[in-house]
Amino acid sequence: MRDDLQLISDWIPQGATLLDLGCGDGTLLSWLGEHKQTRGYGLEINQDNLAACFEKGVNVLEQDLDGGLGNFQDLRFDYVVMTQALQAVLRPDQILNEMVRVGREAIITFPNFGHWWVRSYLALKGRMPVSSALPYEWYNTPNIHLCTVQDFETHCRKHHIQILERQVINRHHRSGFLAKLWPNLFGEIAIYRVKA
Amino acid sequence: MPQEIPADSVGLVEPKTHHFDTPLELECGRTLPSYELVYETYGTLNRNASNAVLICHALSGHHHAAGYHSMKDKRPGWWDTCIGPGKVIDTNRFFVVCLNNLGGCHGSSGPSAINPETGQPWGPDFPMMTVKDWVNSQVRLADVLGIQRWAAVIGGSMGGMQALQWSIDYPDRLSHAVVIAAAPKLSAQNIAFNEVARQSILTDPNFHGGRYYLHDTYPRQGLILARMVGHITYLSDDAMRMKFGRDLRSGRFHYGFDVEFQVESYLRHQGEVFSRNFDANTYLLMTKALDYFDPARDFEHSLETALSQPSCKFLVMSFTSDWRFAPERSREIVDGLVHAGRDVSYAEIDTPKGHDAFLLDIPEYTKLFGAYMHRVANETESMANEIEHGSTGESDHA
Repeated sequence: MRDDLQLISDWIPQGATLLDLGCGDGTLLSWLGEHKQTRGYGLEINQDNLAACFEKGVNVLEQDLDGGLGNFQDLRFDYVVMTQALQAVLRPDQILNEMVRVGREAIITFPNFGHWWVRSYLALKGRMPVSSALPYEWYNTPNIHLCTVQDFETHCRKHHIQILERQVINRHHRSGFLAKLWPNLFGEIAIYRVKA
Repeated sequence: MPQEIPADSVGLVEPKTHHFDTPLELECGRTLPSYELVYETYGTLNRNASNAVLICHALSGHHHAAGYHSMKDKRPGWWDTCIGPGKVIDTNRFFVVCLNNLGGCHGSSGPSAINPETGQPWGPDFPMMTVKDWVNSQVRLADVLGIQRWAAVIGGSMGGMQALQWSIDYPDRLSHAVVIAAAPKLSAQNIAFNEVARQSILTDPNFHGGRYYLHDTYPRQGLILARMVGHITYLSDDAMRMKFGRDLRSGRFHYGFDVEFQVESYLRHQGEVFSRNFDANTYLLMTKALDYFDPARDFEHSLETALSQPSCKFLVMSFTSDWRFAPERSREIVDGLVHAGRDVSYAEIDTPKGHDAFLLDIPEYTKLFGAYMHRVANETESMANEIEHGSTGESDHA
């Protein structure tokens, strides 16, 4: 399993109910279901991913995150998870509000645009950054709302979303000493646990 | 006519009939003292009878879902795209059962069959059926076949409604329900279309109050009209535009009321063929059963409560251009299941083919439906292995 998913799964307690936004091939839900007896649903729109979830026996609903989560009741889930999709939705602020409405807690991961590599790429090359966390070109990237660790935290403060926990990891998916000290500069991927 | 049977066909099949002597109490308050069900099976039932799949048919369907009855058949069974060796519902792995519903006109007891008490065709005296009644009769067929629990109950449109009713009424008797292009109940518009179809039959001078069998005639025109109206709702606007556009049969206007546009010709042909193969009383009865379908009614009109009954897992699928039972209607089922905390997966197939898409081989549909059924088969087989393994262990001790 991807290291960021491993990190997230450590945060999820036994028997929790989950909603995984953009659940991919269902790896996280399947692993948690097997090892922590969690129950829940994934939302996905990619056909290959839907088929992979069907094969795995993961509950998955074809649903576009840009349409919101209006079909789910308040606090329906213990956790609403969204990994590496915040930057790809039309309105990250709205989906964030929806996540903390539907879930008692929300877990979000995104590529940190404040990472030193990204900053120096743009500063020195004068071109849109391409890295392992941001592998796309400017013209084909699905990442339309990139943000930094600082942007995210400012947004949360402004909108009364409590940050319960933060982890930043580097390209090797490790949480180094520098990243702990200066997350906005040395964290390549940010992982947050938040609530309303 | 198939020159030779395709390799992925179940081949030549023969319907079977079972006579039931135990009276069946019906929702309408009446009782069917005895009745017959005609059905077909494909594939082999495994030793612990755990690989059985029930296919529920739609409004104009019947028991002949796959394969051919003879080498003279022009076409295979109605869901041959999905059922066969190596297909979505893989007959190498599943034992597939499909029956003609009560009230039908393809061999099961229905208005056109003989009422044993009078020796005459039942006609309008055949009791009104509901989806619940059908499920109750299907349970008895399962008992006869020695199937305690279906690996899956599957259906499209009205068939999907039966699968849903199964999950609510007999939660212990199925592991999966596959509900395709269905709705939790008909809308006013759905009922309206059904009513137009019924009125066209009821007002046909040859209807004779439903006793047309005795007059050696049938309400042909009424049936044609009913089917024409129905058929429009099975296709999408796009599908019609692509298939016919405004194409003219002879290339020019004739300024009259004969067939001029290709779409007119097509609809008349569909109605004509249908009227020769379908019984008008059955059409009336089936459309009423659709109108009555509303499982939430038994649970103080709460769909969520109704959908708290099932313990099986669900696959719900819809088609973007279906306006008879649009994706929103499938989403109502999905939302109800999610609120009730049931296991459900949902796919919305992007296709211009309309309601009839559930019968077609559409790559995305086949792929997703296939992936789900693959998993059902895997589950079934690993469970069967466990049981076999366990029982071998026991007999060793004996």
